[in-house]
Amino acid sequence: MKKLTVLSLLIFGAFTYTLYAEEIPSGETILRKIDENYDAESRISTATMIIKGRRGTRTVKSKSWAQGNDKVFTEYLAPAREKGTKMLKLKDELWTWTPSTDRTIRIAGHMLRQAVLGSDVSYEDFMEDPKLSNNYDVEVVGEEKVGDRLCYVLDLTAKVDEIAYYSRKLWVDKERYLPLKEDRFAKSGKLLKTVKMDEVFRIEERWYPKKMTFKDVLKKGSGTQFTIDSIEFNAKVPEHIFSKASLRR
Amino acid sequence: MIRFLAKGLIRDRSRSLFPVLIVSAGVFLTVLLYSWMGGVMGDMVSSNARFDTGHVKIITRAYNELADQTPNDLAILGVNDLLEQLGNSEKNMVWTPRIRFGGLLDIPDAHGETRSQGPVIGLGVDLLSSESPETEILNLQKALAKGRLPQQRNEILISEEFAGKLGAELGEMATLVSSTMYGSMAMHNFRIAGIVRFGITALDKSAIIADIADVRAALDMADGASEVLGYSRNMLYDDSTMSKLTQKFNGNFSKEDDEFSPIMLTLGEQKGLAEYLFFANSMGSIIVSVFVFAMFVVLWNSGLMNGIRRYGEIGIRLAMGEPKGTLYRRMLSESMVIGLAGSILGTVIGLALSYYMQYKPIDFSSMMQNSTMIISGEMGARVTGMSYVIGFLPGLIAPLLGTMAAGIGIYKRQTSQLFKELEV
Repeated sequence: MKKLTVLSLLIFGAFTYTLYAEEIPSGETILRKIDENYDAESRISTATMIIKGRRGTRTVKSKSWAQGNDKVFTEYLAPAREKGTKMLKLKDELWTWTPSTDRTIRIAGHMLRQAVLGSDVSYEDFMEDPKLSNNYDVEVVGEEKVGDRLCYVLDLTAKVDEIAYYSRKLWVDKERYLPLKEDRFAKSGKLLKTVKMDEVFRIEERWYPKKMTFKDVLKKGSGTQFTIDSIEFNAKVPEHIFSKASLRR
Repeated sequence: MIRFLAKGLIRDRSRSLFPVLIVSAGVFLTVLLYSWMGGVMGDMVSSNARFDTGHVKIITRAYNELADQTPNDLAILGVNDLLEQLGNSEKNMVWTPRIRFGGLLDIPDAHGETRSQGPVIGLGVDLLSSESPETEILNLQKALAKGRLPQQRNEILISEEFAGKLGAELGEMATLVSSTMYGSMAMHNFRIAGIVRFGITALDKSAIIADIADVRAALDMADGASEVLGYSRNMLYDDSTMSKLTQKFNGNFSKEDDEFSPIMLTLGEQKGLAEYLFFANSMGSIIVSVFVFAMFVVLWNSGLMNGIRRYGEIGIRLAMGEPKGTLYRRMLSESMVIGLAGSILGTVIGLALSYYMQYKPIDFSSMMQNSTMIISGEMGARVTGMSYVIGFLPGLIAPLLGTMAAGIGIYKRQTSQLFKELEV
């Protein structure tokens, strides 16, 4: 009888282990599923950025047109000082134009590390390839709860040289495959930035962030809250918008 | 007596020539080193005061913590009120607001697109008000190499080396790309009115100077400034006066629990300049001590050798009944004459070379290409009243000490042994 009990326990243990092992997808699969949530042929979105600095809070509104991950055109709509400022990302080049100067200027070098409109998001963040699988090796290191959502915990390590963050730690919703929390690190291991999804929403067949808070931990202040007010996937975006000439229009 | 000793020294050159040469060499080096170091250090203190620290500087407490990063998001606001209060309460001082900023300077081509671009260090100062002291403080007329000083809005001065690097010419447009006080990207068009050369590598490499009103508009800093600098009206820095002023101001205005309350710092409290000032003030004593010691050792040796050479003469003088004390004192008097002659000679040569180096400074700028210190690349001497007298201290003391040490031998001579020693 005793032998039978031990044998049953062993069989049960092996069975649950197999089930558990089957349940955890590989890190690559998780990243692919995250990318599926974000990827689209084109996107047209409007967003509000609330920047909580040491001396007060500012609200910036913008409209963006994107084609794939290489072409993004953004126009700032508010506040008055930023209104009409436009930015164009073409692969790894970034151009900006302001109505007050009527100049088209390429943002390069150390300027890319500056904050976009004083927020906790840098131009480097803006320039990054959003497909994590292109830039990082991944390892699933466990499971944890973020709020009431159960998440996979992923450790990402850069596999390319020119990259803003050498490693990242992601908490990815197990059902929705959307990162709910993220820590971004320098090569030294120093924490540089945190990102937290405050609200997500379902649109068509995908889950997408609605409200998120970026925090540059090297800066004082309460971070930047980024809210997507509207978004349309695979909408028709005219090709001419992704040209330097359209910055001045 | 002095005349008698001087005659002896002139007629017996072997007794005086070497010590005089040693003393004059030491005095020459003392005068030259004192004047040159005085020039270099004075120039550094003055350059720092004019371009960076002021005699006192007012910034916010938060800005002070990160001052190296020129964080304009932590700048002072309400500058006009502050200037009015300072003008009423501190009438012996001149106050001027400044904005420091970094970013890129972008020169457009004919189509308005980037032709050349480079990182820039900018200074926004009051250039257009008639009562502004900045043209004088920054020595802008003297620094102007080409063109003219800004006379209207949105005109800038650009450093010669930077203009050369960007291929920018007078009258051309230059766009500043920087950050506003609130962190937004700032772009502002300027026109190049003049090209300047300060002779300070850190500035000449990549500086622009613009009117503070334009910089305020560009960086969204209405009624703001990175700092308010204060200078004593005679433009001479006095640490104790400035420290008292600082204590009084901080007691009235600075609040520990408010990171945006202003704090006043003296020149000495900024960028480790306190140690530098201490060294500059002690420099005369240090140089004199070093040379007194070095010359004392050499002249002691020379005195000993002289004692051996004059062994017979001293013996005869003692045998003839000259008291040891008198002989010792006469030798000390001789050394005073030698010291005086050497000091005069050394001071004349030292002053001549110092004056030459005052007008023809040594150019170290090629060795300071990566320097971020506010110091002139051309380092020259500065002759002051002290330069005329500083050499006399080591010049008189060293031969006296040397002779005192070497002359002790006189007291060791035994009168009873003299005739035997002299073998007369």
